[in-house]
Amino acid sequence: MSEHEKRGWLDEPRNVDRLFWGLAIVCALLVVVELVFGRHAEFSWEGWPGFYGAFGFAVFVAVVLIGKRLRRFLRREEDYYDR
Amino acid sequence: MTGSLADALANLPPGLILILGALVLPLLRGRAQAALTLVLPLASFAHLSLFGEGTTATLEVLGVSLTPVRVDRLSLVFGIVFHIAACLSALYALHVRDATQHVSAMVYVGSAVGAVFAGDLVTLFVYWELTAISSVFLIWASRSERATRAGLRYLVIQVGSGVLLLAGVVLHYRATGSVAFTRLIGEDGSLATAGPGVLLILAAFGIKCAFPLLHNWLQDAYPKATVTGTVFLSAFTTKLAVYTLVRGFPGTDALIWIGVVMTLFPIFFAVIENDLRKVLAYSLNNQLGFMVVGVGVGTELALNGAVAHAFVHIIYKGLLFMSMGAVLYRTGTSKASELGGLYRSMPLTAVCCVVGAMSISAFPLFSGFVAKSLTLSAVAHEHLVWVWLGLLAASAGVMEHSGIKIPFFSFFGHDSGIRCKEAPAHMLLAMGIAAVLCVAIGCYPAPLYALLPFEVDYQPYADLGHCLTQLQLLLFAALAFGVLMRTRLYPPEVPSVNLDSDWVYRRGLPRLGGAVGGVAAKLRFALTGVAGRWLSVALRTVHHLHGPRGLLARTWATGGIAFWAILCLFGYLLLAFTR
Repeated sequence: MSEHEKRGWLDEPRNVDRLFWGLAIVCALLVVVELVFGRHAEFSWEGWPGFYGAFGFAVFVAVVLIGKRLRRFLRREEDYYDR
Repeated sequence: MTGSLADALANLPPGLILILGALVLPLLRGRAQAALTLVLPLASFAHLSLFGEGTTATLEVLGVSLTPVRVDRLSLVFGIVFHIAACLSALYALHVRDATQHVSAMVYVGSAVGAVFAGDLVTLFVYWELTAISSVFLIWASRSERATRAGLRYLVIQVGSGVLLLAGVVLHYRATGSVAFTRLIGEDGSLATAGPGVLLILAAFGIKCAFPLLHNWLQDAYPKATVTGTVFLSAFTTKLAVYTLVRGFPGTDALIWIGVVMTLFPIFFAVIENDLRKVLAYSLNNQLGFMVVGVGVGTELALNGAVAHAFVHIIYKGLLFMSMGAVLYRTGTSKASELGGLYRSMPLTAVCCVVGAMSISAFPLFSGFVAKSLTLSAVAHEHLVWVWLGLLAASAGVMEHSGIKIPFFSFFGHDSGIRCKEAPAHMLLAMGIAAVLCVAIGCYPAPLYALLPFEVDYQPYADLGHCLTQLQLLLFAALAFGVLMRTRLYPPEVPSVNLDSDWVYRRGLPRLGGAVGGVAAKLRFALTGVAGRWLSVALRTVHHLHGPRGLLARTWATGGIAFWAILCLFGYLLLAFTR
């Protein structure tokens, strides 16, 4: 990066922190809104407050960690098929 | 004069303008050629408007009744979105100065359009193979060793799908006496009672639709096509297959689970894939899964969901491939390990990419939301709990690979230090129009719903609880990404290639062939060795006995013979006495 280049808002680590905590607050608010207003549920267990949030979080973490494990078996050098 | 011209145009099957126009393209050069490539889909789109719902054209060939043109609600909606995709892709490819690419793209689009308006299986087969043969040049046009080989594999698989289709059509014709392309699966939706012809046809559709284990041609070939070629490819082949499934196999039970598997397994591969265009190919596979589930469920709501999903998917997936293509065009790479921080250089491309990412992730007010909701509610209505959970998990997976990974590792994340120009104006325009469409359909889905094959009685924004839960799912998933990045648990992007089912025919089978050949050679060597030794012993014995001066080859004296004869007679005499 050249010295004269303007530093963007995202280049400040402090701002990235703000973004992360902002997202966490929005997530918390979404659960609060759900608790206050309630919602219609298709299946009984799906009506638990925060179900979708917890499910999204858990699936995301699981997908990434399982993918990481899979790399051990599946990863090869870039020229694997050229050899 | 104009009357006869209008008649002639009305008799021309949809899509044929593109194919015939493609034959004129090589006569032009440079800008004129690229410009005509943009005019052709527009003209073909205008031509399509001449056809009303219910138009059919029939033809008798060798005693078989063919329907080269059938226009109904289902074919029209696919025809329309194919033309939107063709116009956007042609605009995106305006800078290309390569006749091969322009011609093959136009023939490819024309044959895909022709295929959705084909009313019988024979016409479908012709267009089916034409899409395969024309599109491979978009891969070969990269003109690299890897692309050439991938193109060959692609061609073998695609043409193979056509061969299966033809075999299926023949068997189906013998069984039923009809080649009409209508519902092929029985009313019970069971594959167990379907005839062999119908099963072969399903296999052909399944290959083009990238069913699990039949999928890998997609991830193998698409990322190796040219910058603009991949944008074309992403729209037509697989969605043509979705159309054929909606037409021929609605309510086929097996498709529900095939679809669920399709939505789930690619997300793991997408996490560890380094080439972002290949990540998009895995993501494409995952999206097809949602449509296949919709077809499998088979209710009006579910089929509407599958068709609506295909419609919006063509646009936002094209947009994502365009944005990654622009990155590849400007920086020369689409590898996550080499990219990052490009929002400084390509801010407008970044914005378009984020719109595409939010659409595919199905954020409320973006196009993915209004389509995916149809399928998910159809699944919930049928009380298919596990299927519903699978699709919900897949939705969080989409957020991972397409919602976050694609924009984050190219435009944000660590600064790669790459400074390049913003994408060219025509690319930005194509991406801009696609992005506007994504938001417009997301905010105001009524025109899309009006195009769907069945009447839609669905209001995606009537139940705000649904928007709330969707936001929760996606934003908590994004939060999980933040947590994994901050705890450094998120796997780093590394240059690599990951094994997938293509390993079977790229390494496994050749190795197996080599091993079998090796064993056979050894066996032959061993056998010829043993047999050779026996043979030489036998030959030596024969030579010893019968050869020149051999014991049995000598000429004996008469006296000697008489002596041996007397000796024999004497022996007989002794034997006679001993009895």
